[in-house]
Amino acid sequence: MSRPPGVADAIESIAAARDAKPAAKPRRRAGSLVWWIVFLIGFLYFFVPLLGTFVFSMRSDPLFSAYAVVVDDPQFAGTLFFSFLIGIITIIASSILIVPTAFWVRLRLPRLRPYIEFITLLPFVIPPIILVFGLLRSYSGDPFPLAGTDFGSNVLLVAAYVVLSFPYMYRAVDTGLRAIDVRSLTEASQSLGASWFTLMVRVIFPNLRVSLLSGAFLTLAIVVGEYTIATFLARPAFGPYISLLGGNKAYEPAAVSLISFGLTWIAMGLLTLIGRQSKQKIQIAGAH
Amino acid sequence: MTFLTLTGIQKQFGQTYAVHDFNLSAEKGEFVSFLGPSGCGKTTTLRMIAGFEQPTAGTISIGGNDITNRPPNRRNIGMVFQSYALFPNMTVADNIGFGLRVRKRPKDQIRKRVDELLGLINLPDKGGRYPYQLSGGQQQRVALARALAVEPEVLLLDEPLSALDAKIRVALRKEIRAIQRQFGITTVYVTHDQEEALSLSDRVVVMSEGRIEQIGAPPEIYNFPATPFVASFVGTLNLLQATVVEGEAARLSIDGQEIRGARPGTGSGQRVTVALRPEAVELGETGGSNRLRGLVEDVSFLGSIVRTRVRIGDETLSFDQFNDPSMTTSAIGETITVSFSPEATLVLEGRASADAAIEQAIAES
Repeated sequence: MSRPPGVADAIESIAAARDAKPAAKPRRRAGSLVWWIVFLIGFLYFFVPLLGTFVFSMRSDPLFSAYAVVVDDPQFAGTLFFSFLIGIITIIASSILIVPTAFWVRLRLPRLRPYIEFITLLPFVIPPIILVFGLLRSYSGDPFPLAGTDFGSNVLLVAAYVVLSFPYMYRAVDTGLRAIDVRSLTEASQSLGASWFTLMVRVIFPNLRVSLLSGAFLTLAIVVGEYTIATFLARPAFGPYISLLGGNKAYEPAAVSLISFGLTWIAMGLLTLIGRQSKQKIQIAGAH
Repeated sequence: MTFLTLTGIQKQFGQTYAVHDFNLSAEKGEFVSFLGPSGCGKTTTLRMIAGFEQPTAGTISIGGNDITNRPPNRRNIGMVFQSYALFPNMTVADNIGFGLRVRKRPKDQIRKRVDELLGLINLPDKGGRYPYQLSGGQQQRVALARALAVEPEVLLLDEPLSALDAKIRVALRKEIRAIQRQFGITTVYVTHDQEEALSLSDRVVVMSEGRIEQIGAPPEIYNFPATPFVASFVGTLNLLQATVVEGEAARLSIDGQEIRGARPGTGSGQRVTVALRPEAVELGETGGSNRLRGLVEDVSFLGSIVRTRVRIGDETLSFDQFNDPSMTTSAIGETITVSFSPEATLVLEGRASADAAIEQAIAES
């Protein structure tokens, strides 16, 4: 649950759908029955587990008591808050790292793009367990004994999550940069006297708002559900909390899963909403 | 007094020269165009003035200051791009005021200047709009105002009208010229459109393959092209293969029909190319002492003029007549006589060079 495969593709398709013109109404043909069947299978594949989880969570007596227990548990709010906070810090750190990098690669080093893209995809190839062991090995002792303190561990957690966010953030930002005329905008602002810093803050970041949001929400969804790294760094995060709950209680983990699922969906909904609002602006940016 | 000076500018990309030994001095307030086909180095030269490219050799100075090694944001240059390059996240007013905000001018001063420029570009009530809410022509006017807001020493325009419709193109280029005159700002204008260059500029720099072919005022470029390339690239030009009959008397022969050239040459029997503007040729015998007879191959109606193509042996010749409801046009297949004065002919040495120039011009237009 922490890292659905193909999410990076999803970002691109979200971005593509945002840019695409509304498709023509599909005509009713004999073949459309096949598509309905495909759709139905997909729908069932997706919703039956959710429904099952919900039904299971309802077995608690009285109805919804599992949800009440969860909401009353101070650990629930505490871990969720911690994870959201770490998620937001991760997003900020990742944006500051990724946006100038993607910008520079697009402007000056287009030949490096495939390599950068490969590097950003490494989190899909390297399991989080390897990543966290590497971090613990490197930062447990001198000269950077970070793992020994709470603050240090939080730093390591954010660092690890920034790495996990690479594929989503880089792809989203790169897609966003494709939609604006980076070179002309850069040169225009330079000829008007702007420094690189002014250019990034006043022009590049504001024009990547929607792309950054799409990357950011995916990052948030991943960070909130992440288990392995948070556990090994002994952080009071939401992922380990669900797992702990799962070991001790019957119905509550199902309730927690559904709640976190709902929160993620709300985040996605927000993304679509914001994306739709600034659709025209984004499109015009690429106009020649 | 020269204001903008480019001395011995060279730009090398690997082994190839994008710009080769470019020298230019522009007066303060002068409007100079760089004209040439794509890939001739005109945009590269402009970008070197702006500071987006670094010349491999040579120096650029503005108002006596060497700016060759100064970064683009410290050159005080206004630039207008083909793609408008307005900041999509800012309103029209914020776009125009961007340069002033970067310079940390007081807010009320910025607002005053923005309003003034919005009036100048005839968009006084569009300050609150976003670029995507404007037409292409309006966007480019905003881009011009944005470039002028910071009172740059030099204004650079990189094919600013290429993305616009024909009608707006003509209207906007007049506006650009009027504003440029009003501000008295030294301007470099890059274009591949000879009509634009000729109608706008004080001087035109015709470029080909990274070299300057000719620098001159528009009438000079059009009437006295220095090279076959200029002759073929600027304006429509008839190029006819001729044989020298008697060089000293300027007697030439095209398909066995004898004509006279403008200036005496030497020798006899060698092949030369005669260049002739379509507007210098007339139907009938009233156009001058040179006569040619040929078969009408095509008549095309171009609005204000009618262009007729005549076959003379292996050569073809086009000539223009002003459209007039009472005029008689030739019929295809008819045999006609055309005439032109000896002064209208321009004899270019050799055959290959002119052909190559034409081929290049056609390939790139």
